[in-house]
Amino acid sequence: MTELLLNLENVHTHIGLYHILQGVGFRAQRNRITLLLGRNGAGKTTTLRTIMGLWPASKGRISFAGTDIVGRSTSEISRLGIAYVPENMGIFPDLSVKENMLLAARNASRVTDIDQQRLEWIFELFPAVHQFWNRPAGKLSGGQKQMVAMARAIVEPRELLLIDEPSKGLAPAIVNNMAEAMLKLKQSGASILLVEQNLQLAREVGDDVAIIDAGRIVHTGPADECFARDDLLKTHLGLALCP
Amino acid sequence: MNRSDLMPLALLPILMGCAYLAIGNPAAWFTLTIAGVAMGMIIFTVASGMTIVFGLMDVLNFGQGIFITVGAYLSATVFASLSGYVVSPYLSENLLVILVAVVAAVAGAGMSGFLFERLLVKPVYGDHLMQILVTTGGLIVGEEIIKIIWGVQQVNVALPPFLSGAFVIADVAIERYRAFAFLAGALVFFGQYLVFTRTKTGLLIRAGVHDREMVEALGYGVRRLFVATFVSGCALAGLGGVMWGLYQQTLVPQIGSQMNVLVFIVIIIGGLGSTGGALLGAILVGICANYASFIEPKVALFSNIALMTMILLWRPNGLYPASAR
Repeated sequence: MTELLLNLENVHTHIGLYHILQGVGFRAQRNRITLLLGRNGAGKTTTLRTIMGLWPASKGRISFAGTDIVGRSTSEISRLGIAYVPENMGIFPDLSVKENMLLAARNASRVTDIDQQRLEWIFELFPAVHQFWNRPAGKLSGGQKQMVAMARAIVEPRELLLIDEPSKGLAPAIVNNMAEAMLKLKQSGASILLVEQNLQLAREVGDDVAIIDAGRIVHTGPADECFARDDLLKTHLGLALCP
Repeated sequence: MNRSDLMPLALLPILMGCAYLAIGNPAAWFTLTIAGVAMGMIIFTVASGMTIVFGLMDVLNFGQGIFITVGAYLSATVFASLSGYVVSPYLSENLLVILVAVVAAVAGAGMSGFLFERLLVKPVYGDHLMQILVTTGGLIVGEEIIKIIWGVQQVNVALPPFLSGAFVIADVAIERYRAFAFLAGALVFFGQYLVFTRTKTGLLIRAGVHDREMVEALGYGVRRLFVATFVSGCALAGLGGVMWGLYQQTLVPQIGSQMNVLVFIVIIIGGLGSTGGALLGAILVGICANYASFIEPKVALFSNIALMTMILLWRPNGLYPASAR
């Protein structure tokens, strides 16, 4: 039995003179991994940023767990239980890994205030976080930074994680770790809206799919069905270009 | 810190070494160096708040000088009201009057800063041109208000006995006030260091300077953090006003706008949003001004501009830019 967590209806977003999202509508169910797929420039990142309130929706409705979130500030939306891992990871490079984690734990003044059991669980999911705990986050490799970014998003329980292209520029072995971590996160009760260009990772973790093209959702449905349809993949994801 | 981070620090010994060769007199060189570092610490007190305000919210505040003036004049009023304590031979009474002056200046500049942010800065977030126009206008209006309250004539400020004169160490005369200003500036830096490294608010400010959006995405309201930082920056400018007023010993309503130029040079040299860069920039500006005025007084007029130009040719974003913007 699925339960609706996030619902976008006819969402429009303008950035300056550009009309980027032109009526986006799709749903993400609780405790599932929903993939938001599309070509470069289709509006995937804009959709995530609009959900987070980083770019305001000019029209439409976004509800999260039954609460309308359009017009709310980014910090309010975050406090409702949505975590965001941006494409550039959003790591604070001058701060240590520990300080990055402490900032994400809103109710903790010191590291010892963080739920230690949860922290241990995070260390198991992302060993690099523990390994480089006191090192400046800016000194880490791309994969290690991505782990810190993901770990930071879950240092406190959040109902929904918005993750933007976590596999970008990472070695295959690290991508596999990411996939495992996301599946474990789902097992723990989290829901994920994942923007991903790496089809292998997407196939591995995705439950549902929404495909966006030129600012509009052109297909929604179960991931298995979507990946079985060559026409969808060729038309909207440009896979015909691949050998 | 990597090797690249340490390179700007090398400017200090290079500048000091060149000045030593040009001056030729160790005692004079040492006196000038101490004077320059003290001047630098006063400028740093003002510049540190302003550079964080820019780094955190991308706000160009050309009106920072008015808070220096407010601090300087409020402290002068305290000194005038408690003149008996100022000239008292007892150290405790001298310290008491300085403490009262500092509290009045910090509180007055902080409150003025709060009004300034709410009335002038808040409506022009995100618009640099308007920020420059509005905050410069605020500075001009502020100076006129200062003239209405305190008059246009210059106001003299007397140093308490324990800060007057100089002490001599190994034939080197060191003015007491300059040593005091150095210690006060060092205390401000150390206090800021503790806040930025040991408190969550400090971490948030450092994080916000780098990526304001991400701090908001973690659930923190950056606007409120910014107002608090802006007010703290103004309060620090007020403290800088006390120190600069005692350094100059005469106040004019333009004292803040005159210092503003030095503060901007320091912020640009140091790198926008960087307190460490502001400290290094302030000391470089302080010692450069003092050496230049001793070696060739005519050069002193543009020595800091020349210093800034050379540094920007080497590092266009300043010595330690903290902000990614």
